[in-house]
Amino acid sequence: MLHTNIITNMNEANILPLQIKNLRITKNGNTLINDITLHIESNEATVIIGPNGAGKSLLLRTAHGLEIPSQGTLSWNTHIPKPQHSWRAYIFQKPVLLRRSVRANLEYVLSLHNINKANYASLINSALEHTGLSQLADRNARVLSGGEQQRLNIARAWVLQPKVILLDEPTAELDPNGTAAIERLIKAIAQQGTKIIMSTHDLGQAHRLANDIVFLHQGKLIEHTPADSFFEQPQSKTAQDFIAGKLLNGD
Amino acid sequence: MTLLVLALNDFSHAFSKALQLIFQLDPALLEIIGLSLRVSLTAVLIASLIGLPLGAALALYKFYGRGLIVALLNAFMGLPPVVVGLVVYLILSRSGPLGVLGLLFTPTAMIIAQVCLITPIIAALTRQTILDANVEYHEQLRALGAKTSRMMKTLLWETRFSLMTGVFAGFGRAIAEVGAVLIVGGNINHATRVMTTAIALETRKGDIELALALGIILIAISLIVTSIVMSARHAAYQYHN
Repeated sequence: MLHTNIITNMNEANILPLQIKNLRITKNGNTLINDITLHIESNEATVIIGPNGAGKSLLLRTAHGLEIPSQGTLSWNTHIPKPQHSWRAYIFQKPVLLRRSVRANLEYVLSLHNINKANYASLINSALEHTGLSQLADRNARVLSGGEQQRLNIARAWVLQPKVILLDEPTAELDPNGTAAIERLIKAIAQQGTKIIMSTHDLGQAHRLANDIVFLHQGKLIEHTPADSFFEQPQSKTAQDFIAGKLLNGD
Repeated sequence: MTLLVLALNDFSHAFSKALQLIFQLDPALLEIIGLSLRVSLTAVLIASLIGLPLGAALALYKFYGRGLIVALLNAFMGLPPVVVGLVVYLILSRSGPLGVLGLLFTPTAMIIAQVCLITPIIAALTRQTILDANVEYHEQLRALGAKTSRMMKTLLWETRFSLMTGVFAGFGRAIAEVGAVLIVGGNINHATRVMTTAIALETRKGDIELALALGIILIAISLIVTSIVMSARHAAYQYHN
């Protein structure tokens, strides 16, 4: 029931596309994001790939307001009715969980936003159920395994029923089982109408999850193409080399 | 040689008398211990109510003059108690700015002096603890949508076991200091006499039994406090890992 809500909300008013125009980020004289112009649409999942230092994390962080553009703009389509609570959530590679129970971690997130306390229990139970954490609800969050911690991290985003979830290499520290569980979760979230924008190192993962691929290299946008055509016929030489597993210039 | 035997005899005599006083629950002894605990526990409570939020705010908020306050705080951590006593004495004395309140030579004056003495300790230790924790938590809390005021509350709660160490350190310093309470309290019998000032006085008078009994109690209290701190640290370690 909760998730049909998301879908109707999505239809009524959308915060996408995310419009990025001539975005440039400079730190200590180094240009880390170099003149990126990009439209991200409201399909299920957009995956950002590229070698280390390409600017993947920085782009995601800027989209969540954690970095300020040096030049250019990054704007969400915010012509939506005043959001009842956060419509955007961010997932770090390594979650920092609070030293309290799994349930209390979710309660904490809700308490940061203007949400009626009467709805806490149903929102939390739904998030626990979908992330498979119901059995662990009263466990101290800090003693969970790495995979369980990342699932709680995602539950913490999902409990707010956001319209967009940004994920920065969410499976980089997980084993194959943990990775598979997180991928299933991301797919389920996307299918229920929450837009996924994530970065990854893992080309297989990008292939499995993405509708479209944003390929960055050395702070520049090299390609933004549908996932199928990206993997079958990458347009740029850099992307061809990247997919073939070759070292790229400047690596 | 005879002198040493004599001294040892004296000491063991005094020691057994001291134990007697303790186990008989001597009323004079209990009165002094009670006042000591009342003054220092109240001082720790007030100093914590000021020092914990102050330390956390200094860690998280950026404002003009913050560096100066932090420098003063760290300098004040090692303030000599007699100097604190002197300053509080000047403020509370009849011709001082708060002289009209008539607080000098009362337990309230002693509490004020001890609050001045230990608030910097609690605030400085809190600041460091919150600063360290913030390295880990800051981005995450900000990404979740927490404002700075909420971050402050969250971090104080997350680090509660570590913060207890600072609070107990403050208590240890308060209960053991002589200089400040002696100057502003005056060591008046049945009014402002606490363990440390009584020990100083009784030793000078030659009443070693009472002084020694109080000394034993004082050591016992600091042992108890230390073991509480150690088990708090242990609990924190268990909880954090």
